[in-house]
Amino acid sequence: MSKPGSRGVVWLGSPSFPDAAREALGNTRLRANLKRATTTIRDKRLAVASELDDWEQLRDAATAIKNRTARHLDRYLVQLEAAVTAAGGTVHWASDAAEANRIVTELVQATGEREVVKIKSMATQEIGLNEALAEAGITAYETDLAELIVQLGDDRPSHILVPAIHRNRTEIRDLFTAEMAHWGQPAPENLGDDPRELAEAARLHLREKFLTAKVAVSGANFAVADTGTVVVVESEGNGRMCLTLPETLITVMGIEKTVPSWSDLEVFLQLLPRSSTGERMNPYTSTWTGTTDGDGPREFHLVLLDNGRTDTLADEVGRQVLGCIRCSACLNVCPVFERTGGHAYGSVYPGPIGAVLTPQLVGVENAASLPFASTLCGACYDACPVKIDIPEVLAHLRAKAVERKPRGAEALAMKAAATVLDSPRLLSAAQKAAALGGRALAREGRIGRLPGPLHGWSDTRDTPAPPAESFRSWWRKNREGER
Amino acid sequence: MRIALFITCFNDTLFPDTGRAVVTVLERLGHRVEFPQEQTCCGQMHFNTGYRPDAVPLVTRFARAFADYDAVVTPSASCAGMVRDNHPLLAERHGTASLLQQVTELVPRVYEFTEFLTDVLGVTDVGARFPHRVVYHPTCHSLRGLRLGDRPDRLLRAVEDIDLVDLPAADSCCGFGGTFAVKNADTSAAMLADKNAAVLDSGAEVLCAADNSCLMHIGGGLSRQGATVRTLHLAEILAATEGTAR
Repeated sequence: MSKPGSRGVVWLGSPSFPDAAREALGNTRLRANLKRATTTIRDKRLAVASELDDWEQLRDAATAIKNRTARHLDRYLVQLEAAVTAAGGTVHWASDAAEANRIVTELVQATGEREVVKIKSMATQEIGLNEALAEAGITAYETDLAELIVQLGDDRPSHILVPAIHRNRTEIRDLFTAEMAHWGQPAPENLGDDPRELAEAARLHLREKFLTAKVAVSGANFAVADTGTVVVVESEGNGRMCLTLPETLITVMGIEKTVPSWSDLEVFLQLLPRSSTGERMNPYTSTWTGTTDGDGPREFHLVLLDNGRTDTLADEVGRQVLGCIRCSACLNVCPVFERTGGHAYGSVYPGPIGAVLTPQLVGVENAASLPFASTLCGACYDACPVKIDIPEVLAHLRAKAVERKPRGAEALAMKAAATVLDSPRLLSAAQKAAALGGRALAREGRIGRLPGPLHGWSDTRDTPAPPAESFRSWWRKNREGER
Repeated sequence: MRIALFITCFNDTLFPDTGRAVVTVLERLGHRVEFPQEQTCCGQMHFNTGYRPDAVPLVTRFARAFADYDAVVTPSASCAGMVRDNHPLLAERHGTASLLQQVTELVPRVYEFTEFLTDVLGVTDVGARFPHRVVYHPTCHSLRGLRLGDRPDRLLRAVEDIDLVDLPAADSCCGFGGTFAVKNADTSAAMLADKNAAVLDSGAEVLCAADNSCLMHIGGGLSRQGATVRTLHLAEILAATEGTAR
């Protein structure tokens, strides 16, 4: 069995969420970029979701399909393998990131090529494939516009769907002008920051790669078990280029992306574009089944990635997270993500879904601050097209995080509070003490800055001084006698 | 109908006026309210911070304290949500079969204050008068937890001479989140800043909600900014009879 340490997913050396968030919050440009972007996507999603009368039924259907698939995943995966093999593809099984990277590297090496083009893929981000290929002397070119921006900036993605959400168009123009020449076709002279101009520059830069690359690497949004069909959903057409022009196609797919049949796929193809980009239908949906003579890649390899997923499946509360279709609706509605951005999560999977997926993939003790990076406001649950109860899983993982860490000051305080709260007599005594202490600290009924662990609270907020008399004390004196 | 008030430990200690307001409103509507002294806390802080075993005795105490009542009314959406969603879960995973049975029987009789008024008593006009400009913040537990919908709004609109104004981006979380406000103080403060800007934008004199915890956070920020907006639990507005002959 693979060890969490060999799974990637988290960026090693990242600070805990509260520390990383503090730094991100100080970046006013980042906050402005994020607010504008998340608000825009949020409104678009709401508009297209509300125009479907059966939106809630679609969500229920998606949950049911994902639950059923997870329950019989062993069977569906074997069925998928058989169907892909029968259609001329080759299936590989990878228990963790290291194994998946080794498989892909060897497959590329077998072609004799030193360059691959890539379709945006969370699975390959998760395993750190580009870095692994680079170590073997193979250059991977990202062809999704936002991933290209991230790659040119030697940066990290900060959003599942819009990885460069933290960049504005001026920053992107500067990046294109400075960096494109090092990777291939340079940016046009005097490039402006109009989105149309930027897209055209990217198009010219990428065209060269599409026409020369012999190997492509993709992820998968879905794979249909009974036919062996793999599906990629995208907006820009770069995916279609990568899926059709090269001679060899290697797809890395998390095992949970399997759906039983095409009729199940129909549900997700309605939910995904509406939830992610706020479109009724995404511009490009590519499906392929093995290989076809004289049409598209001559070789197709499907790498089925576990990397912590069977561990997740074993958790009866946490397993619902495997239903995620990576739409990012939860990120766009999350008030925490909107302020901190994605990098603060220190993981390939940011936002609410990252806070419940990452700790499960790598072990909660290796991402212990993430389940606490939420107010449990529930906006993510309402937005999730698969109805993943993210707040429920967050609370569940918090309990696991507490169980697995050595008992410290917080545990002692919680234990003491539990003792007081389980006794009306001790509670009354504590209320009297609080009233006395509070009045000593307060000025005009308000307590200002506090020392110790509560300074984070009191740096920006006054606290009301506890009243002289608690409710229970008042009731005893004024109301008990009457009855 | 035997009605018990579940004051919650937080309101008991910091906001007793809210408890008195609930009693005032229910008595004005002709009901008698009891206060079982054995009650303490629903265990929400322990549950949400990951200390589940510590919350179990509180679940047991809650089930015992309120077993004999037809209705348990609480002026806290988040505590009502804790009881409804998580007491059965804690009893099932960490408690005994008999606790689970007690909890399962009790939970359907636990109501957040506005639910009790509108759904059980069937009233929206509770005979209040409050001649002030008021804005209502739907707390996350009111909005997405209990799905209170327009219940608070219906009750507030029936208050005589109230000037109820809209809150921009009302459905955004204020950033409190219990221990989140301490563990992630900076992010919490950033969310609070936006909420406070919206409250000030609304032009209201009074901000009300169904949770004093969120109000303490928002009000604490407003106070630190030197703003004059007051925070008040909506029960206290429903209890008010300013300038009437009552």
